[in-house]
Amino acid sequence: MAEEKKEYWRWLESNWTSPDIDWKKGDVISAGVDVGSVSTQAVIMVDGQLYAYANMRTGSDSPNSARNAFAKALENTDLTEKDVEYCVGTGYGRVNVPMAQRAITEIACHARGANFMYGPTVRTVLDMGGQDCKAIRIDDKGKVESFLMNDKCAAGTGRGMEVFSDLLTVSINEVGAMSLEVEVEPEPVSSTCVIFAKTEATGLLRQGWPKNKVLAAYCRAMAGRVNELLQRVGVEKDFAITGGIAKNKGVVTRIETLLGFTALPPKYDTQLAGAVGAALFAKGLAEKERKAKG
Amino acid sequence: MLANYGYMDGAGSYFITIDTDKCNGCGKCITACPQSVFETGPDDADPLRDEPVAKVAAEQRKKIRYACASCKQYLTSLSGVKTEESVEGMKKLPCVVACETRAISHSW
Repeated sequence: MAEEKKEYWRWLESNWTSPDIDWKKGDVISAGVDVGSVSTQAVIMVDGQLYAYANMRTGSDSPNSARNAFAKALENTDLTEKDVEYCVGTGYGRVNVPMAQRAITEIACHARGANFMYGPTVRTVLDMGGQDCKAIRIDDKGKVESFLMNDKCAAGTGRGMEVFSDLLTVSINEVGAMSLEVEVEPEPVSSTCVIFAKTEATGLLRQGWPKNKVLAAYCRAMAGRVNELLQRVGVEKDFAITGGIAKNKGVVTRIETLLGFTALPPKYDTQLAGAVGAALFAKGLAEKERKAKG
Repeated sequence: MLANYGYMDGAGSYFITIDTDKCNGCGKCITACPQSVFETGPDDADPLRDEPVAKVAAEQRKKIRYACASCKQYLTSLSGVKTEESVEGMKKLPCVVACETRAISHSW
């Protein structure tokens, strides 16, 4: 009899619709689809207000990932693709978003999205995505002033965290809380490579280290890694974190400790930044097209 | 706007920074570079900007350490620590010198 193998790395997919907005009374309906290497988000906005969204795992096929996320976002609405005036695609798979009229880079979209989600005081955004890590300096309107992206290495990304959650057989959404259950903060594991960190962790477990201590050491290493990236662009307050790892309290608190101040508390699902920014660009482009048509 | 292209891995951090406020899209860096590291195109971070800017070609970004190695004769140490020699050497790199507006800089 086959035993069902628990997938510890599997984070929850979700969708949401606004209970207050009636899209039929709105003017500009825009959409943003962020096809990332690990997750895909679709966001629908009515006059620049968040109306509906979906957050799903990216499959092996970018166009299908975009279609699935889009359909999931529309699931509990009576909106269809025809009602969306303009859609912008972003992320790794941005050129493969079938319902998009234009593709805009994830740097520009994340900057704009963070400005919407955290307000005009944000000046430094750290995005910890599925397979990459970005540090972006922005102005009060969400325009990019400086950026740096590291997508060569899993250290500091969701993929690195998935590897560890699997190794330690801890559900990925429990990693953060568990890592904080330590009396004394341990030394970080090697921060330069997830492969080496994994080997190191196996050794520590054999030495008798409890899981929460190993997780603490790894979260500490990840925080150190992203801090190196942040220092390259310089950190100006207010500071905000987007992406899946922003939901991991273990990594977030350790980054805050290294910086010496706290990040702004999120009010929205932190994985939406790219798609939100794309939907805002889409609104602007829809308005520009209307003006051009006269 | 400061665009940082490159990567960080177990061996170190390797980034080329292009100041797009200074860049005028002249393309002299493309001619100066013996390894085709640069290209011009739309500004990645400003979708509303029409003028093209210089950037590191996408396929080069994760291997610029190797692409740039032939120009970086001043790198005598493996430690990556900046010496007087390396700082001076960085100023004389073909792309840095060719840029009319001094928009290009290297981190190593």
